[in-house]
Amino acid sequence: MEKFTRLTGAACPIEQANVNTDQIIPARFLKWTRDMGIGKVLFNDLRFDAEGHERADFPLNRPAWRGAKIVVAARNFGCGSSRESAVYALYDYGIRCVIAPSFGDIFSGNAVQNGLLTAIVADAEAAEIMAALCDNPELPLTVDLEEQRIICGNRTYAFTIDPVRRARMLNGWDDIALTDSFRDRIAAFKARDQAARPWAVPTAQ
Amino acid sequence: MTEPQTIVDKLWAAHEILRRDDGESLLWVDRHYVHEGSFHAFAKLASRGAGVAEPGLTFAVADHYVPTRGSRTNIANPELARMVRQVEENTAEHGIKLFGIGDPRQGIVHVVGPEQGLTLPGLLVVCGDSHTSTHGALGAYAFGIGASEVAHVLMTQTIWQKKPTRMRVTVAGATAPGIVAKDIILAIIARIGADGATGCAVEYAGDAIRALTIEGRLTLCNMSIEAGARCGVVAPDATTFAYVKGRPYAPHGADFDRAVEAWSGLATDAGAAFEREVTLRGEDIAPIVTWGTSPEDALPIDATLPDPAREPDAERAKRVRDALDYMGIAPGRKLTEIAVDRVFIGSCTNARIEDLRAAAAVLAGRTAKVPGLVSAGSSLVKQQAEQEGLDRIFRQAGLEWGESGCSMCVGINGDLVAPGERCASTTNRNFRGRQGPGARTHLMSPAMVAAAAVHGHLADVRPLLAGRRV
Repeated sequence: MEKFTRLTGAACPIEQANVNTDQIIPARFLKWTRDMGIGKVLFNDLRFDAEGHERADFPLNRPAWRGAKIVVAARNFGCGSSRESAVYALYDYGIRCVIAPSFGDIFSGNAVQNGLLTAIVADAEAAEIMAALCDNPELPLTVDLEEQRIICGNRTYAFTIDPVRRARMLNGWDDIALTDSFRDRIAAFKARDQAARPWAVPTAQ
Repeated sequence: MTEPQTIVDKLWAAHEILRRDDGESLLWVDRHYVHEGSFHAFAKLASRGAGVAEPGLTFAVADHYVPTRGSRTNIANPELARMVRQVEENTAEHGIKLFGIGDPRQGIVHVVGPEQGLTLPGLLVVCGDSHTSTHGALGAYAFGIGASEVAHVLMTQTIWQKKPTRMRVTVAGATAPGIVAKDIILAIIARIGADGATGCAVEYAGDAIRALTIEGRLTLCNMSIEAGARCGVVAPDATTFAYVKGRPYAPHGADFDRAVEAWSGLATDAGAAFEREVTLRGEDIAPIVTWGTSPEDALPIDATLPDPAREPDAERAKRVRDALDYMGIAPGRKLTEIAVDRVFIGSCTNARIEDLRAAAAVLAGRTAKVPGLVSAGSSLVKQQAEQEGLDRIFRQAGLEWGESGCSMCVGINGDLVAPGERCASTTNRNFRGRQGPGARTHLMSPAMVAAAAVHGHLADVRPLLAGRRV
């Protein structure tokens, strides 16, 4: 996984609460493998009409935000389905950070696994950043994970992130390698547990 | 004396292999369910040349992509056929038991797990599907995970987690006649919001919850994720033990008795502390339907639609206006004036035998004014419904009786609501485009969907139940 330390880039405001993973990537694209270019269908039904033409009013279609590296949204971004393709779509489009007041639990778990930063700010702060971007679409944001702050013009906002997730993003840790280092403890747990909870193993069929 | 513990603490402690200094714990996974959509995870295994650590604790179903109409052994759509074949190949390669398309036990993963006795009280259950919270109904700690985590569980049978916030939702007292689990959970979500339980493990408690059957509790816990919860759980009791007993994969004989003894100790101790508490009164809960594009947009059936002009908060007003626009309905109208184009009875939320019976009790001897599809939660539920003659009631009412799968809840098998069409649905998500691009979804209980079918518009089911046995 790629490490995340500091990022500066165009930021696209999506002024909606409860942006769910069905909106981020509609279900019909879930059979796609990542090498098919999942970034192309990010927000597909919000970005394009039924004939495949761009919807001019969707922010990601505006010239200043086409190349966005950051998305700013209202509360509960990424709620709904556990589809990791939602994170693949954002990442493969070029988004490296989403800023919002809250995130769907499974979505933010998936994000950290793939190097996409989910930065939490207060409701009013998200609204303020989105308003600043609407006033000046060219305004780049800087997101600094080490300092846990967002620089937006002459304003600086502190953001929160779970410290474990922060460390994982900064270091680009691989979970499986880490878990493998505890192999002996897992085996010991399993032996102890099977003696204590024999009923937890399914009856042989 | 040890400190009183919640059921969440007890389940957590029983599965914690180790805790790092930073607070992250490595947990043991008792059951891992996979489905066609888990292909990303199998690809990750292949790329690492890794195997499955515990194939005996891993079970697979074909549910998301299976057709509900036409041939299931010779699937016409090549993309669906490929997805179903892929799960067959991946599970065969790794020695994982599959309830596949030709298996009489095939069905939706969250119906099959409990039905087969694979999901038990006291287990930690994961699956690459957000509605894994369903299994908490039996007193399991069950949550949905993403593809990377699915790969991790396949390779190690463990998962890294941070202990969630403990939250208790109490529904005190009895509910009124005709009120079911779907009404209770929609009332809870309307009260706390679609992110009201984010980061929380929720225990459902109180007389109204205790009075629910296991099937009702499955519906309740299923939609925990729609309030943002990591998982939902109901402490196991005599109702739970009676449900589990005799199921194919459940412990038998002396093993079962020993298990019941262990399960009986899972309930939250008196005086145990929850970080958050919410209480609803059962008597306040009416039959509920959703009107908007988030499950939190839920109102009693006798209510009128919200008016953005009367919303003091500008953001809330915008959200209400956007939702009403998408749904094609005008502010201030009565919910019961909203005409529907079709109905769907199915999904992991509401397609168990009691759900089908409840819908059939309304539809018996009546005709649906709109078309609709009924898709049982599992092939065994379908078989039982046919033995009880429920399929004939649905057909005679004019509805289609399909095969089992996720079907029109998520629409990836081709069962879609057409653009602009309005569907009364027993499912779990009324998101924009969830049931197909441009589709408009109203969530409600199976009996309420049946009432909408009979009237051709949203309606209170209770008058239709007068004098009927339900």
